[in-house]
Amino acid sequence: MGDRTPTIVGIGLSDYPKTPQLDALAHHGLAIRRALDDSGVQKSDIDGLLCFGSYGIDDAVTMAEILGIRYNYLDGTFAGGTVFEFYVQHAAAAIEHGDCETVLITYGSDLLSKQGRNLGTQLYTSGNTQGGPLQFEMPYGSPLVSGYAMAARRHMYQYGTTSEQLARVAVDMRANAAQNPFAMYRDPLTVDDVLASRMISDPLHMLDCCIISDGGGAVLMTTAERARDLQQAPIYVRGAATAQTHWNISAMPDFTVTAAAQSGPAAFQKAGITAADVDMLMLYDSFTITVLLLLEDLGFAKKGEGGAFLDANRLTYDGDLPTNTDGGGLSSCHPGMRGIFLLIESVRQLRGQAGVVQVPGAEIAVACGSGGQLSCMGTVVLGKEKS
Amino acid sequence: MTAETPVEGRILPAPNSSTKPFWEATARGELIVQWCEQCQEAQFHPGPLCRTCGNEPGWKVTSGRGAVYTYTIVHQSRTPPFDKLVPYVVAMVELDEGPRMMTNIIGCTAEEVRVGMRVEVAFAAEVDGIALPFWQPEGDT
Repeated sequence: MGDRTPTIVGIGLSDYPKTPQLDALAHHGLAIRRALDDSGVQKSDIDGLLCFGSYGIDDAVTMAEILGIRYNYLDGTFAGGTVFEFYVQHAAAAIEHGDCETVLITYGSDLLSKQGRNLGTQLYTSGNTQGGPLQFEMPYGSPLVSGYAMAARRHMYQYGTTSEQLARVAVDMRANAAQNPFAMYRDPLTVDDVLASRMISDPLHMLDCCIISDGGGAVLMTTAERARDLQQAPIYVRGAATAQTHWNISAMPDFTVTAAAQSGPAAFQKAGITAADVDMLMLYDSFTITVLLLLEDLGFAKKGEGGAFLDANRLTYDGDLPTNTDGGGLSSCHPGMRGIFLLIESVRQLRGQAGVVQVPGAEIAVACGSGGQLSCMGTVVLGKEKS
Repeated sequence: MTAETPVEGRILPAPNSSTKPFWEATARGELIVQWCEQCQEAQFHPGPLCRTCGNEPGWKVTSGRGAVYTYTIVHQSRTPPFDKLVPYVVAMVELDEGPRMMTNIIGCTAEEVRVGMRVEVAFAAEVDGIALPFWQPEGDT
């Protein structure tokens, strides 16, 4: 048996940020075709499919039919926007175990064209009553953004974190986006701009919130053995781990600690690395506070010192700790679920294909997604070399 | 204590087997949480088992008092009736018995709310059989 180390061999992005001519399925299709072209994988080689979507439109079983994939492995796990990091964990195990040879992870969304931007200020309900744990939240009008705002408030209370420090995240993501011709917003931002933008859910301002775009992405994974015959330099999955502290925000045990404090160390241990080995980060920047919490929970700053870390370190592509070099969800691309873009940008960087924003000599990238409301965390360590 | 806050138009709970006793209690003016005898621990939101040990929990009447754990002032909300209520406070209150619950802080201005502020429960008048608990600054004890 050959080397079954799980390896990313193909990536594809559909078009973004605004593509009214494409529906969600068209985003899937475009991204998949581009990933196949990128990799040299034949479509008929795909024997594993991992995706999640709207029931009856692009859920895993429907997509298997639409795409014509006769699979040996199928996964339609749901974990919010980080589910793609969960898929990498699952696919890596399935490939190592020999359950399948070549898997496709795919995502497509027309959220912006279909719905428009609402800054997480809408309650997602159907009907006049609410069951499940959300029955204890929905009556009080807590939109998505408010959960993050309450996490930010608690962090400020416990650790003295400031709005200026959070704003630095938005400023740095915009600096990265300025170099990305496809990014939705590219004009430079200052901390004052962020603080002067209108308050959405105190203490989070409009510019603390991610954008909404259209977009899609596809990732192809196979064994290191098969990767040798394909077009691109192999990027190895060195470690992947997932965790969850809650699903609904009111059940979050500690509003200043996410499940990345569990998934991060677990992924690093599998990969045989420490934070000091990491050349760049792709962090799910749904809101500025998300990035601060992930920096702490992954061990780049001590708990409570994320604000001071942001005072002292730039997250720009040419900064101290390059993060979200495509401009992130705050400025570039966020079609509702951003997790797959964290993987794709990591691979682009590790292959040395990132152009202007290329981080020189990048060997190890960490992608860490957040799903739900700071609920599910998936951490993936990718490298040019195997563990 | 009666909460003077508009409830009409809000999305109301659809009780299930675990949460029905909670809503029956609020309708009679009591705030109850699940209580695990084995763990000697209170639990909210209610579920079919103790999330620590797995045993079937009982119930405990709370003091209806607690402190603000964290909060936000919502300035933009798209969904009726909240679009008309902005700015309003969404908060997590930590009960003196331990668990936290989401609520709106009423009975003071949004600017007066602080983390750590002492609060007490106040029930709104029943709408469709549901008496929602709200929290307001604690009165004299």
